Amino acid sequence: MPIIIKNLSHVYMPGTPFESVALKDINWEISDGEFWGLIGHTGSGKSTLIQHLNGLLRPTSGEIIIDGVNIADKKVNLKEIRQKIGLVFQYPEHQLFEETVEKDVAFGPKNMGLTEEEIAIRVKDALEAVGLDYREVKDRSPFELSGGQMRRVAIAGVLAMKPKVLILDEPTVGLDPRGRDEILEEIVYLRKKYEMTIILVSHSMEDIARLVDKIAVLHKGQLVKCGTPKEIFKDREGLSSIGLDVPQITHLMYRLRERGWDVPTDVLTVEEAKKAILKVIRGKGYARA
Amino acid sequence: MRELSIGQYIPGDSFIHRLDPRTKIVITFVFMIVLFVINDFSGYIFPVIFIILSALYSKISIKYMIKGLRPLLFIILLTFVLNIFMIKGRILYEIGPFDITYEGLYQGVFMALRLIFLIVGTSLLTLTTSPIMMTDGIEYLLKPFKRIGVPAHELAMMMTIALRFIPTLLEETDKIMKAQMARGADFQSGNIINRAKSLVPILVPLFVSAFRRADELAMAMESRCYKGGENRTRMKELKMTGNDVLAFIITAVMVGGCVASRFLW
Repeated sequence: MPIIIKNLSHVYMPGTPFESVALKDINWEISDGEFWGLIGHTGSGKSTLIQHLNGLLRPTSGEIIIDGVNIADKKVNLKEIRQKIGLVFQYPEHQLFEETVEKDVAFGPKNMGLTEEEIAIRVKDALEAVGLDYREVKDRSPFELSGGQMRRVAIAGVLAMKPKVLILDEPTVGLDPRGRDEILEEIVYLRKKYEMTIILVSHSMEDIARLVDKIAVLHKGQLVKCGTPKEIFKDREGLSSIGLDVPQITHLMYRLRERGWDVPTDVLTVEEAKKAILKVIRGKGYARA
Repeated sequence: MRELSIGQYIPGDSFIHRLDPRTKIVITFVFMIVLFVINDFSGYIFPVIFIILSALYSKISIKYMIKGLRPLLFIILLTFVLNIFMIKGRILYEIGPFDITYEGLYQGVFMALRLIFLIVGTSLLTLTTSPIMMTDGIEYLLKPFKRIGVPAHELAMMMTIALRFIPTLLEETDKIMKAQMARGADFQSGNIINRAKSLVPILVPLFVSAFRRADELAMAMESRCYKGGENRTRMKELKMTGNDVLAFIITAVMVGGCVASRFLW
């Protein structure tokens, strides 16, 4: 289910003194099975952009073509689109409302009009996919779970609709390091298992560099760059001029280079860095020093 | 939801914006009372001139004020229709068992206009006065009632907090609605019972977050040793200027005109 965005613009509250341009002339193509990272400074329009992808916001101008259908068209059945494109908001645990975890996760599938049996299967699958023990949590109130568990229940609520594209808006914000790693691992697992297209919005350059295939950079409502992590993080100055950064480990490589070490600077993960550093050390022959 | 212009403040630096909030509150009250003194169309000339003048000097586009009327259109129409059919008199037109009378039509238009002036007048106050200024003004005006036990400062603080959280809660509602819509929720279709039921997924999270916010705010205020009432000083003292005097004089002229229209003409 490819997504093609053509000349998308969005203006908030047009015609009032509060008018502001949130997105300007965005062109973006997302092919099946790709894992995208969407980065940009606070207020760059990331949230606005992803809300266009499942029709929660209508573009002021431009087209969003999903599976050959322009969803900016008023006649399109948005409910159908929203089943195909799952959107997990920031702090998704704030949308939990049911008495039990099971009922809350069932909310999406129920709205799709599925049968009871189908709903039960999906709820179980979804809860297990996010690493929760179905039998243990299903009858508990979502409000008595820990923050990390609540977030997983909320993500399961979207997964239960079996979307083909999953968009996550900062899924790890406000979690402890372990919770973050677990959520990210589950995203990678989901992608493999269901062959989903994933769009990850994040402020953590480390996570982005480690996980995604391609990165889109938003700045002041414009899509300034698209490319692989290596291509994007090559331009350290360009990124810092728009309030973004390269991963910490890349910084380290730059610093080492400044001190005369012959290491590459397009290193994005700790693993790669280890190899590169070891190579230099061994090459110089003071590995034991 | 963002269309609501009642209670919304539009920043500006006009003559009306710069008036002391106390002046604006008192004048709005006087204006409201005076509207009820007037008892025939010719008397409306004074409030009309007054509103047009204030609107012009507030530099807020007329479009905005008309927008503020829209949510209350139903009440205005209801008043109009009720008056048309309920008042006995010379019959102009008959619809089944109902009669439209000349007196009813007169009264209907009269009442609808009164409502429109009321709404436009009060929204001019809120459009040009920031919520903080407004509560400061109210606190000051309530001071004399402290002696009979009205907790003026506490009331003002409560209002400030309530006003402060309106946009936050609206934003929150918007977010929760979108999150549930992303899960296939539908708020528009179905009968009344279904539609009421469909509000549960919005209201529960909204209440949870409102309580959480209230709790956090109370904690933050206490940890900064907040204590209301006596001996509290303020950063911006309210000050009356020549402009306020001018505003009061113009209001007095309007009031005089209205009273004259009722009792002398």
